[in-house]
Amino acid sequence: MILLFLILWPLVTALGIYAFQPANAKVVAFVSSLIEFFIFLSLLIQFDSREPGAWTYQVPWIPSLGINFIVGVDGISLLLVLLTTGLVPFIILSSFKMPRQKSPNFYALILIMQMALVGVFTALDGFLFYVFWEMALIPIYFICLIWGDENKVRVTFKFFIYTLAGSLFMLIALLFLYYQTPGNHSFDIQALYNAGRALSVFQQGVIFWGLFLAFAIKMPIFPFHTWQPDTYTVAPMEGTMLLSGIMLKMGFYGLIRWLMPIVPLGVKEWGFTAITLSVVGIVYASVIAINQKDFKRLIAYASIAHVGLISAGLLTSSRLGMQGALIQMISHGILAFALFYICEIISNRSNTRIISSLGGLRTNAPILTTVFVIVILGTIALPFTSGFVGEFLLLNALFHYNVILGAVGGLTIILGAVYLLPAFQYMMLGKNHAPAVDITDLTRHEKIVLYPIVILVFLIGVHPDPLLHISEVAVTDLLEVFSTFSANVK
Amino acid sequence: MNALLIVCGLGFVSLLSEIINFKKGLHAVVIAGLIAAALTVAQDWNSTAHYFNNMLIFDQFSIAFSCLIMIVAAAWFCLAPAYFIGDAHQTDRTALVVFTIVGAIMMVSFHNMTILFLGIEILSISLYVLAGSNKESFFSNEAAFKYFIMGSFATGFLLMGIALVYGTTGSFDITKITEYVTLHKADLPGFFYVGLFLMLIGLAFKIAVVPFHFWAPDVYAGSPTLITAFMSTVVKIAAVGAFYKIFSNCFSPVQGSITSAVIVIIVLTLLVANITAVYQNNVKRMLAYSSVAQVGYILLGMISDSVKFEGPLLYYLASYATTSLVAFGILYMIENSKGSTSLEAFAGLYSKNPFAAVCMTIALLSLAGIPPFAGFFAKYSVLSMAIDGNYIEMVILAIITSLIGVFYYFKPIMAMFGQRSEDQLHFSQGQKFIVGVLTLLIILMGLFPDTLISLIG
Repeated sequence: MILLFLILWPLVTALGIYAFQPANAKVVAFVSSLIEFFIFLSLLIQFDSREPGAWTYQVPWIPSLGINFIVGVDGISLLLVLLTTGLVPFIILSSFKMPRQKSPNFYALILIMQMALVGVFTALDGFLFYVFWEMALIPIYFICLIWGDENKVRVTFKFFIYTLAGSLFMLIALLFLYYQTPGNHSFDIQALYNAGRALSVFQQGVIFWGLFLAFAIKMPIFPFHTWQPDTYTVAPMEGTMLLSGIMLKMGFYGLIRWLMPIVPLGVKEWGFTAITLSVVGIVYASVIAINQKDFKRLIAYASIAHVGLISAGLLTSSRLGMQGALIQMISHGILAFALFYICEIISNRSNTRIISSLGGLRTNAPILTTVFVIVILGTIALPFTSGFVGEFLLLNALFHYNVILGAVGGLTIILGAVYLLPAFQYMMLGKNHAPAVDITDLTRHEKIVLYPIVILVFLIGVHPDPLLHISEVAVTDLLEVFSTFSANVK
Repeated sequence: MNALLIVCGLGFVSLLSEIINFKKGLHAVVIAGLIAAALTVAQDWNSTAHYFNNMLIFDQFSIAFSCLIMIVAAAWFCLAPAYFIGDAHQTDRTALVVFTIVGAIMMVSFHNMTILFLGIEILSISLYVLAGSNKESFFSNEAAFKYFIMGSFATGFLLMGIALVYGTTGSFDITKITEYVTLHKADLPGFFYVGLFLMLIGLAFKIAVVPFHFWAPDVYAGSPTLITAFMSTVVKIAAVGAFYKIFSNCFSPVQGSITSAVIVIIVLTLLVANITAVYQNNVKRMLAYSSVAQVGYILLGMISDSVKFEGPLLYYLASYATTSLVAFGILYMIENSKGSTSLEAFAGLYSKNPFAAVCMTIALLSLAGIPPFAGFFAKYSVLSMAIDGNYIEMVILAIITSLIGVFYYFKPIMAMFGQRSEDQLHFSQGQKFIVGVLTLLIILMGLFPDTLISLIG
């Protein structure tokens, strides 16, 4: 029941927001997301990873077609719901001083987005998963279309078409699996697992690509990434945060829950290709990021690089890779949020995001600079920051899988320093290239948003165990399935 | 049957009301009458009634479809008072529309080819006049004339086909034709197949599928917008219902030979209609091509498994009709306020008329097949059946054309949300209410499709 509440509550408040004054919409949305977060925390505390089924909620939805409304959590989905419910209050809070703050529609869309995201991360029925997956696309599309920068119409449409194309292939793959289930057919995840694992290697390969395409476009992985830099740049700050902080994790979650356990042989057959693509993407995006003039665009490319490493690590289907990916997803969500927020703060005050026209901001904004440097160090995975734990585990897994790929993937850390540190140096240190820009330091409101993030960056970096512990049992179960299956069928 | 009589009665009342000067309440009486007729017909849900030596049979299929036709027609009447009230020809127009509904009901409950023919003619002849009911407009006249020429041409094909089938089987009765065809499957004469294909062509004209669709865009774009809405809802339900009855009943024994022809039609329809729609700048014309394309998806479901498709067909048509009513309703308001149905008229609708923009967006998303709206589930059921029927290539084609569909369905959305404008729309509270209710229905049907989809079949 508590899961049903977590899904329905944002929807209810998204509608209820219209009962208040437009000026109060932001407060209503913020309070709603806080309530959601605390309700989730109560679940998290009671959660026993040995009995994940205790929280499953099931009602028949379209019984004539074997479709049920089943939601449930295990350690893996718990982490992603934690990320969603934890980050949305921050995103709403960060929007309080933005020009959009008086629009109830804006906050209603964010809340509907939250509902769909929680739904994606908890759905245990293929059809339900697909519906939530698509439902997450609609609000973000309109957030970007209505409140985006210039060129938004063309860019957001490209984004929509890309992701829709991917998900349609996923729908076909799921439907194909559905018809492999025995009897009256069912979309139940367990039935789909059994159906998928019984397929031949070739069929599993086809299903693998059908599903992988959808997830790869969402993350995005090279060469399906072309929508991403434009969309991230054009979208309003909150949109970019939702996209990079939470929404791209849908792709990874899809890999863990809906791809790897369904077609283990397909992963074996095509995993190497997919990992190679991911690793190519790391280098490709990093090299492009070095030449970016717009800081927001730079972060967008940096995101592709980081995402490539996560997916490469995941697809090694090893314990290190999975645990590393899960930690890195949380860390990336927090850091991306902070980076885009800082980028928006700077560009709002100086009216530009072009790196070369900024400089010496530190003189007037020491606190901003300090926070910024911490976030950047987290992003380039310095030890004792959250980025380090994840990247270390992921690279470790990648090395075990293939030394050459591991070595190339390791470039992500070096290249990350190459594109982020000079940009930071140019913008914040040295001489002020644009003396007209009179930048002020962080306001109280901005501190309230950014300080918890900084604390989290260190906390996860120093003591990641609690997070690893949440997902441990689920990952072990998954690996067990993986190894027994691979042993049974040669 | 009683429902048919009630609706006929309504038609005569409309005609007579000119003489007895009962214009004021006519609109309300017609709406109430339609709802009453729908309730009457729904009461016989569990029984199958035969009339006139099995010429008309009201089984669950016909009851469900007649109900749908009458409910959609009632909703349309609620949306369209502007077309009737205050017009000099109010009574004539009302009578014509009501007689169209009579024809539509006959088309979904016939059990005899003559009734099918009668139904189509009653429906079409009224429609020819309605298409030209905007007498001052050059385009409306063109629409009526084109529709009439093409329609009578198609009727000729249909009649010839029926005659040839009668020549082979010696009967107009669907059951008897089916029995004959099943018994003599091996030694059917060549002219039986000629008849079959002539009927197919005649019906393909009526449901407007490529390459028999040429009249549709001009007629849809030229007719008064509310009549276009009527054509793409009530008339479409009836025509597709009749096509389905013919396809799944009397020709089911020889479905193999028809199916290949229908596949060609589907491929052409999906490709031509969707691609042409992308190039339209007039939203009304675009919706016309969209309605052609939607029938392509329906046919795909039909060839996959015509028996199992009965439930999804009802769902598909119901969702399409609801969505169309919303889309055309808003289009009508825009045309009324800005005098144009071009894409430019949609620019910036969101900034001053968020309600209209959101309703239109939901309708367009539903037409494009995006969850959780009704259109998604309709398309999903078609794709699902096609995969089950092993039409993988067709499914991939349908997926690609759906993506092409997004290109044109999103044009008005991008115009509405991506630009700004200060224009206000005028629309009455009543219209707002109906559009709102229908939009809610699109969402509810999408979230809870089970009741409707498993109603029949």
